[in-house]
Amino acid sequence: MFAIYSKELRSLFLSPLAWSLMIAMQLVLGWLFLVQVEQYLELQPKLAALDNAPGVSVLVIAPLLNSAGVVIMMLVPLLTMGIFTRESGRGTLDLLFSSPVSITAIVMGKYLAVLTLLAAVLLLVALLPLSLLLGTRPDIGTLAAGLLAIALASAAYAAVGIWTSSLTQQPAVAALSSYTLLLLLWIINLTGGGANSPLQQLSLSSHFQRMLSGLVTSGDITYFLLLILTGLVLCVYRLERLRREG
Amino acid sequence: MEPLIRMTGITRFFGQFLALQDLHLELLPGEIVGLLGPNGAGKTTTMRILSGCLGASSGTVLLDGFSLSEEPLRAKRAIGYLPENPPLYPELTVDEYLCFCARLKAVVRSEIAAALDRVKTLCGLEPDGDRLIRNLSKGYQQRVGIAQAIIHNPRVIILDEPTNGLDPNQIIEIRNLIRTLGKHHGVILSTHILPEVQSVCDRVVILNRGRQVYMERLAQMNDQESGMLTIRLERSPGEAAVTELEGVIGVTALGANRFSLRLTGSCSIAGLAKQIVQRNWGLQELVPEKQNLEQIFYRLTTAGEQNG
Repeated sequence: MFAIYSKELRSLFLSPLAWSLMIAMQLVLGWLFLVQVEQYLELQPKLAALDNAPGVSVLVIAPLLNSAGVVIMMLVPLLTMGIFTRESGRGTLDLLFSSPVSITAIVMGKYLAVLTLLAAVLLLVALLPLSLLLGTRPDIGTLAAGLLAIALASAAYAAVGIWTSSLTQQPAVAALSSYTLLLLLWIINLTGGGANSPLQQLSLSSHFQRMLSGLVTSGDITYFLLLILTGLVLCVYRLERLRREG
Repeated sequence: MEPLIRMTGITRFFGQFLALQDLHLELLPGEIVGLLGPNGAGKTTTMRILSGCLGASSGTVLLDGFSLSEEPLRAKRAIGYLPENPPLYPELTVDEYLCFCARLKAVVRSEIAAALDRVKTLCGLEPDGDRLIRNLSKGYQQRVGIAQAIIHNPRVIILDEPTNGLDPNQIIEIRNLIRTLGKHHGVILSTHILPEVQSVCDRVVILNRGRQVYMERLAQMNDQESGMLTIRLERSPGEAAVTELEGVIGVTALGANRFSLRLTGSCSIAGLAKQIVQRNWGLQELVPEKQNLEQIFYRLTTAGEQNG
């Protein structure tokens, strides 16, 4: 598994795709961050008059991390679309299948490589709100909860992306499928319903936004872990089937 | 001796299509088996099933004594597999790729460097370690594919059309390599180049439409005389005169002074030569025809087509 992990990580970092995606993300998020900070500075005189006024954590960091959650959702399927489509397209899947490694190890090796790359992405995202430490004192607890939300959401995106990449030989189809699934999960709560309606429970965004507000519950964490597990199990199952049925 | 491969009753359907039917195959250590067949006969399917890349609809595969379905990881340690298209990562260098394969095949970490050197020497890749696989020619990519299959010193080597895409010199090198490997490992290779089988294999298996239609040791096959011989004469006496030779039951003229003779079972070649020399026809060439792999192949793989 470690061999697959390090090979995949090398391939990910050797391709210009990962780098260009990180640049694109940082540009967009950096701009959004500056806009938020500017708006906050305009509001500051009015806020000073209020008792118990919301601070940077609510007015700058939360919207920024919310956008980051969406931007990363746009980015991850592009990263994962090649994971298995490339292997089956080039015939290297036969190399993996004829080697003494289990399919679970193949999937986990590749998934962990993507997670490592996403850890670098998370670090880039975290640098933006952390730069506020230079001038003010944001609520570190809220920030940590927000970053945890981003980490869990990215891991879930990656699991879904890896699964869809095992379904087809065409990277574009894989990316499109994961976009569809993730977007659907993101907006499925828009039909309304109470906070406990099944659609709210199913929605990525409702769990994600609750964590951004600083509230970390075991239910939300379980949701993300279940999503990750589902993606990975489906991927292993799909590859087992591919090996058996051809 | 325990066979390295024991394939029993393998059947494989693709949907309704029967790709392999009740295939039995054994491979002994130190043996090179050639898998022959026309396109679509099931050679690649057989090899993919052997290497664990494809499941069988029924039947069992034992590799080095381990069942591929029940102990896949132990069984797969015993094999090295070169698919039809070498499974390469173009973005890696030769060394990076082979190192990855070595780790994938569970070569002990301290032995990886030695394994790399060994296969690069065997496959003639020593100067190319730092080159990107993307930039290698097809023949060199094929060599990297073979290097990958033998990096962990497997007991069984499965090669699907190993000389595909190579130039004639490289083909000779690869055949020599296969012969060398065949001394210590069991090798099974598929091809549709008949001379290749004759030059490297100990045993030949011919598949046609998913069925095994022929299996014979090549040494035995070569001993079976076909009762035919070809002669070339300096002064041709004409077809009629040749027919009058004792022991000859049929003559076909192959050219102005070459004839193909069919002999009676009791006719000795020495006696025949003596007759020709006595008649002073100027004998230049006398070649007994062995039973030819090409003839057998043609007969067996076209026979089915007439029936169905």
